[in-house]
Amino acid sequence: MINTMECAVDAQSLISISLRKIHNSRTQRGGIKLHKNLLVSYVLRNARQVYMNEKYAEIYRMQQYEEVMTVCNEIQELNPLDLAEDCEEQRGDCCGNGGVSEPASLCCALLPVSQLVAVQSAHMQTPSACSAPLSLQSDEVCKETEPSFYQSCCAEAYPVSNCEFSPVNNLHCNKTTVLDLDTHVVTTVENGYLHQDCCASLQQCCQGAQYSGKKRKVDFEYYISDIEEVPDFTPCKRAKFEDCSYANSEHLDTSNISNLISIFGSGFSGLVSRQADFEQALALNGQFCSKQALASLGAWTRAIVAF
Amino acid sequence: MAGAGGGGNDVQWCFSQVKGAIDDDVAEADIISTVEFNHSGELLATGDKGGRVVIFQQELESKNQPQCRGEYNVYSTFQSHEPEFDYLKSLEIEEKINKIRWLPQKNAAQFLLSTNDKTIKLWKISERDKRPEGYNLKEEDGRYRDPTTVTTLRVPVFHPMDLMVEASPRRVFANAHTYHINSISVNSDCETYLSADDLRINLWNLEITDHSFNIVDIKPANMEELTEVITAAEFHPNQCNTFVYSSSKGTIRLCDMRVSALCDQHSKLFEEPEDPSNRSFFSEIISSISDVKFSHSGRYMMTRDYLTVKIWDLNMESRPVETYQVHEYLRSKLCSLYENDCIFDKFECCWNGNDSVVMTGSYNNFFRMFDRGYRQDVTLEASRESSKPRSVLKPRKVCTGGKRKKDEISVDSLDFNKKILHTAWHPQDNIIAVATTNNLYIFQDKL
Repeated sequence: MINTMECAVDAQSLISISLRKIHNSRTQRGGIKLHKNLLVSYVLRNARQVYMNEKYAEIYRMQQYEEVMTVCNEIQELNPLDLAEDCEEQRGDCCGNGGVSEPASLCCALLPVSQLVAVQSAHMQTPSACSAPLSLQSDEVCKETEPSFYQSCCAEAYPVSNCEFSPVNNLHCNKTTVLDLDTHVVTTVENGYLHQDCCASLQQCCQGAQYSGKKRKVDFEYYISDIEEVPDFTPCKRAKFEDCSYANSEHLDTSNISNLISIFGSGFSGLVSRQADFEQALALNGQFCSKQALASLGAWTRAIVAF
Repeated sequence: MAGAGGGGNDVQWCFSQVKGAIDDDVAEADIISTVEFNHSGELLATGDKGGRVVIFQQELESKNQPQCRGEYNVYSTFQSHEPEFDYLKSLEIEEKINKIRWLPQKNAAQFLLSTNDKTIKLWKISERDKRPEGYNLKEEDGRYRDPTTVTTLRVPVFHPMDLMVEASPRRVFANAHTYHINSISVNSDCETYLSADDLRINLWNLEITDHSFNIVDIKPANMEELTEVITAAEFHPNQCNTFVYSSSKGTIRLCDMRVSALCDQHSKLFEEPEDPSNRSFFSEIISSISDVKFSHSGRYMMTRDYLTVKIWDLNMESRPVETYQVHEYLRSKLCSLYENDCIFDKFECCWNGNDSVVMTGSYNNFFRMFDRGYRQDVTLEASRESSKPRSVLKPRKVCTGGKRKKDEISVDSLDFNKKILHTAWHPQDNIIAVATTNNLYIFQDKL
């Protein structure tokens, strides 16, 4: 029986191998082989699906410990030093299940406070897993992990605000907060409306995402809202981060890969049936469309539900 | 165990000949890309990556050795296709010969179609063994004489000369395919033929080069919705209105040209449901059909995907009537085969003359035969080591697990650079042509 963790690792390597094949096909003699690239895109799709399933399985596992982490957060606000030991134990519970470095990395990636990026929105919620007391260890943990996945944890402070505790928001809100580790876009789905903010900087890759505080309703595959309008949306700069996010030392030129899609005339998004509608709804310009197609096809979206 | 052969389970295959360089260092241009017997079996054509066609002719059976069939010797060699460059698309067009198909012989000359990725050519191969002599206006060396010096008239006479085989391009069918041509097939009416690329199939008249009819077009309006491509196509051997084409999704569609001009709607769809227990990252790749061949009778057709050969009855669309595992032991190696691109290899398959045995290639220069009647299969190897004249080929076996027996080869020892993609079976006799990377092996049954 294949270990699910191995499955996710295999999926990652398959994704990078497949992207490399597509990239290399552009320089092959005789032109791009449509048949071969179609088959490679199938592998990409399958690997992506496995990888996403694995990631969401982890998310659901971690949600079991959110109450514990919430308590850790509260205590940390009072006395961070006292909490280091307590939360270590809880972190072990939280992150140690079934996996080696990946759950730890995932926890690390959700770190708030000093290690994460400042966000300009007032409606942010704290990622509940593995809170600030772990920040002292976060650098080390981050370094141990695959940098392509979990660089996002090593950035500027990420202000904590909690829906329930925020003095600003006195109303009961129905919120789901998502941190996209690719883009550092924190998305809050609040009462059916989506708020999306980009993180200010990334350690190595992102030169600085742009804040877009416009509200929009978006039909994510994994979340609740329905598409009601095509927003006037300015995407965050993702190109450089996508370069870094491939688990391969080769830097695949995102613009070239976007061009790959345009060469085929597609991102074979017909293979990604559920995403296709979403992408079309968001496609305000060709470049963004291709980047979304790339995100759905080549990169992986590591949206993590914080609450 | 005796080899699988036509009509019985006691056929033993013997080495007959090997053509090609002995060097281990293979020049890319010498890689054989297609092999095809003509309708009588007297001629055997090969195409290579360098765009050349080599035709071998079988010698007449020697009276001194009545137990031995004639050998195949080089009959003609010519450059069929040259590399080209599409300036509009900035694409190089490879000269590699993708397919050769012989036309039924109507006169002394032989005709064949050869195609690369974009252009199909009709070649005439004719013999010249007589030379006219005694022209009135020409000298013997061909120079024209001064007409004023002609004082007598004579009738030119044919004299024997050394046999010369000429190959001349009679038709060039170009600019009809946007995507890469993967198949050509001559119709039984001997007037038309089809050519298939990834998304379209065109119908040509052999006499007309400046236009063709598009009969199948699966290109979606939005290429983002592309989910499958055409991988092979063939006309029915007897019914001139019927053809089939296979897809990368593992389906075969049979079309009747009498139904409509555009055969996008199939008449029959042959598809076997996927076994969910075998689902993997590579399911789509290994289910892609690489070759489809009608039986000589026209009742059955055979398809080859990465791991199996399937025989379909044209009267039953729901599943194949027979499935043969070619190299099931590779199923656990698909990841490695994906990394080294071997998983994209397109193996061909062929029938013997009476449709009782089918053959296909594998790795390590192995090829497999499946006897449909006796339900036997055999694995043989094309190698220089077993190349002594008339030496009987020893069946090979791949060890899939447990203790390896003597003479077995383990899966991990297989050489995936040595692959047999192209095989052909003589239309009447038990003579097979098996192409390794750059060598052509000819085997025949022991008489």
